[in-house]
Amino acid sequence: MSNERFSQSRRNALRCMAYGGAGTLFLLNSGVLTPVDLAQAAEYKPGGSQSGKPLFVQISDTHIGFNKDANPDVDSTLTRTIALVNAMPARPALTIHTGDITHLSKPAEFDRAQQLLAQLRTTEIHTVPGEHDTTDPTVTEYFSRFGRASDNKGYYSFDHAGVHFVALVNVLQFKPGGLGTLGADQLAWVAADLKARSSSTPIVVFAHMPLWTIYEPWGWGTGDAAQLIEGLRRFGSVTVLNGHIHQIVQKVEGNMTFHTARSTAYPQPAPGEGAGPGPLKVAPDQLNALLGITSVSVVQHRHALALNDSTIA
Amino acid sequence: MKTHTAGRVSRVAAAAVCLALTSMSSSASSDVSETIVVKDFMFQPTSSTVKAGTTVTWLNRDDEPHTVVSDNGLFRSAAMDTNESFSFEFDQPGTYHFVCSIHPSMVGTIVVQ
Repeated sequence: MSNERFSQSRRNALRCMAYGGAGTLFLLNSGVLTPVDLAQAAEYKPGGSQSGKPLFVQISDTHIGFNKDANPDVDSTLTRTIALVNAMPARPALTIHTGDITHLSKPAEFDRAQQLLAQLRTTEIHTVPGEHDTTDPTVTEYFSRFGRASDNKGYYSFDHAGVHFVALVNVLQFKPGGLGTLGADQLAWVAADLKARSSSTPIVVFAHMPLWTIYEPWGWGTGDAAQLIEGLRRFGSVTVLNGHIHQIVQKVEGNMTFHTARSTAYPQPAPGEGAGPGPLKVAPDQLNALLGITSVSVVQHRHALALNDSTIA
Repeated sequence: MKTHTAGRVSRVAAAAVCLALTSMSSSASSDVSETIVVKDFMFQPTSSTVKAGTTVTWLNRDDEPHTVVSDNGLFRSAAMDTNESFSFEFDQPGTYHFVCSIHPSMVGTIVVQ
C-alpha cells in the first residue's frame, strides 16, 4: 500500500475519532507485547516499524447508558472505536473488554452493548465485569450474558497463539474504605492455573480494577494482589491489564508490564484531583485525545510481551 | 420493612387519608424521615442518629452513580444515577453501616434509637 493510502486512512481515522473513542492494539513480537493506539494501528503495516503479529485489542469502560455532559453519546464513541478495529489491515483475533461494559447494570444497557460489540470483526471477545456491571440487586445481568466462559465465577483462563490469558474479577468483594479484592478462592485458583505453565509462556492477566495500587484513597488498586504478583515473577513475559481509571498509567517491574487502559466513554481526573473519580468534562475538541483502545502484538524472540499507547488526536 | 420511594409515598398517602377520616393517632409519629445527600463522593451527613420507624432516603446529587449497600445485607440499592434516590425504613434500634459498592471508600452510619 502506498503512503498516500496510509495517510488517507490516518486522516479518516482521525476524522472518525473527532468525537472521541478508541482502544489499544497489542502486537506480539518475540514474546513481547507492544500496545499501539488504535488510530495508529490503523496504519499498521506488516514489516514496518510496528513489527509483530496483532494479537488482541483491548477496549474498556464503554459505560453504555452514560449520558452526561462529559460524553452524551457513548454509543457513538464505541461504534467509532469498533470501526477503527474493523478497518485494521491485519485484525487481531481477540478483543478483551476490561469491564464497565454498562453504566448502571441495566438489562437494556447490556443489550445495547452486546448489539454494538457484535459489530466487532474479531473472532472472540473476552470480558471481565466492572463494578458498574454488578450493581443490579441479584448481580445476574452480567453473568447471564458473559458468565459462560467462567461457569459464572467471573474468572477463567484460555490460550491463544502460545500466550496464556488469565481473566480475574476484583469487583465482587469490596471492603468498606478499601481496594478491590480477589479473594482466597480466586487466588488459589489462579495459583493452580499458573503452576501448569512453563516460565517461558507469555502471560496476559486482565481485570477491571488496577492490580497494583495507583491511588488508595479512591480505591484504585487491589488489596490482596501481592500473592498473585509474586506468583507471576517466575515468568519471562507478563502483561497485566486493567481499565477502571479511564486514563493510561504504565509501570514496568522486572519482566512485568502493567498497563491501564483509557475508556471509550469519558475521561476521569488524575489521581487525587477533585472530589472523586467521576466523569471529567473537557472541551469537545479535547475529548478524542483522552479516550482510547489498546492493542497488542506478539514478537517471538525474547519471551516478553510489550505494550504501546498513543493518543488519538 | 424494606420500601422503595414510590411504594412508601403511596402508603403514606393512604395513611394520610385514613387519618383524615378519623382523629390523629400516635402512628403519625412513625412517619419521620431523614435525607442523606450523596455529593462529591461523600454521604452527607456521614453519620445520622434517628428514631426507630424513620425512613431514610439517600439522594444522589453527583454526576456519577452511587449505591447504598448495608454491610450486613439488610438493604441494597440498585445504582442511583444523578437525582435518583433509595429509601429504607429502620424499625429496629441499632447501628447500621453502609457503603457505596461502586466507590467503597464512601462509607456511612445510621444509629437508630
